Amino acid sequence: MYDTSDIRKGLKVLIDGNPYNVVEFQFIKPGKGAAFTRTKFKNLLTGAVIERNIRSGEKLEPANVEERDMQFLYREGDDLTFMDQKSYEQVSISAELIGDPADLMKDNLPCTVLFFNERPVDVTLPTFVFLEVTAAEPGVRGDTSGNVTKPATVETGAEVAVPLFINIGDLIKIDTRTCEYVERVKKPA
Amino acid sequence: MTERDRLAPRLARLGARSRALAALRGFFAARDFVEVETPLRVRAPALEVHLAAMTAGPGAWLITSPEYQMKRLLAGGMERIYQVCKCFRADEHGRHHADEFTMVEWYRAPAALDQIAADTEALVAEVARAVRGEPVVEIEGRRIDVGRPWRRLTVAEIMAEHAGVTVRGDEPAEELAAAVAAAGIDVGTATHWDDVFFTAFVERVDPALARMDEPVLLTDWPVRLGALARRSPANPAVVERFEAYVGGIELANAFGELTDPVEQRTRFEADLASRAARGLATPPIDERLVAALAEGLPPCAGIALGVDRLVMLVTGARDIRDVLTFAADEL
Repeated sequence: MYDTSDIRKGLKVLIDGNPYNVVEFQFIKPGKGAAFTRTKFKNLLTGAVIERNIRSGEKLEPANVEERDMQFLYREGDDLTFMDQKSYEQVSISAELIGDPADLMKDNLPCTVLFFNERPVDVTLPTFVFLEVTAAEPGVRGDTSGNVTKPATVETGAEVAVPLFINIGDLIKIDTRTCEYVERVKKPA
Repeated sequence: MTERDRLAPRLARLGARSRALAALRGFFAARDFVEVETPLRVRAPALEVHLAAMTAGPGAWLITSPEYQMKRLLAGGMERIYQVCKCFRADEHGRHHADEFTMVEWYRAPAALDQIAADTEALVAEVARAVRGEPVVEIEGRRIDVGRPWRRLTVAEIMAEHAGVTVRGDEPAEELAAAVAAAGIDVGTATHWDDVFFTAFVERVDPALARMDEPVLLTDWPVRLGALARRSPANPAVVERFEAYVGGIELANAFGELTDPVEQRTRFEADLASRAARGLATPPIDERLVAALAEGLPPCAGIALGVDRLVMLVTGARDIRDVLTFAADEL
């Protein structure tokens, strides 16, 4: 068990059966009263943030969570297979858990997988991925404003809104948090 | 990090701190106060349950406040005394807390608590004027006017308004816990009266105090949080005590001083029983303080004000370390 003096950013604790991460904390001690630690916790499964005042002397239960560096290997239907980069152990994770960014995942993509009680519960992709456009209406020369968009399909099969000047074969940078186009990048020689 | 880099962002505030201390001493000199120095290392520390005194060798502790010795000086006939000194409270670290900090404590005898409240308002305004040129302080970028009379609120009023809890002051802990729970506040494992009270206070009142745009004197504290304060003649469930809050920073704590040696001993014994029940250290009672009260003290009032926090307010600092030459982790 942890007590309030163990509270620090990143501490992983169990609250009402769910794993949380300490994101912020402040020591407070009202006049002549007990010390409290005003703590913001982020739910590692939903991302929801809650605030609790933990009184000195109260205990916090550690959460059995672990972050592991894993590589995306391949997708079969709705199942994505990842491999632990240290132990080479493979695990299968459903696309549903990853959500929309699952469609932006290319083979060998390095990811961070969060395990709670030995089960994978969340996958964090690199913030940006670079994917080739495989289908799009022909590019409109001159219109580089980017204000007007058209749908384009990238090599993983995902559809992304891109500016009109983008052509098949272009390499584009996509933000995996929003699944949105960021910019066109030069292909490596 | 070099000393130059460490200190550079603090230099302006340390200069302001020096000006604030000069203004503070000028304030008391102008009012015929005698500056005193009492020992920091004592034989009987404060016994309040939520204060942890640091040990300083066998049978000795560092003061958490100079109050016991200063009250003995009042018993000895001194009438207006003040002291600027270091105080030590174990395990207190945070944006508003350092385990070694500077306190200014002053007493008037004979006097009523109102006079200490008037001193507090005038002192903070004068220090702000000396440092900033106007009676205004700054917290989290907000300006707070400290030059007008400060707002007075009772603990019962603020708890009712912001926590939705009726606090009488002498109700059993179970009754208060039920009222707090009914207000939708999770009391967790708290069972002691003060823990239940402060769970609600920290959850609802503290944030409300932080939002207030004027300084507040929070008065009429429940008798169970009385410490060294005397009971209010008008309402025995509360004591003559106020806490000064400015922009959510708890700046000072004042008492209409308890002068009854019998009640003082009863409270010390209750504190010791409570400490024992919680598995805390049980240092000796300061018998010389009790004897001094028995010798006789005029009606008197006193206050402890955090100097570092005052400097934070007049310099707009966000963290106490910004106004210290060295924080504990820089030694």
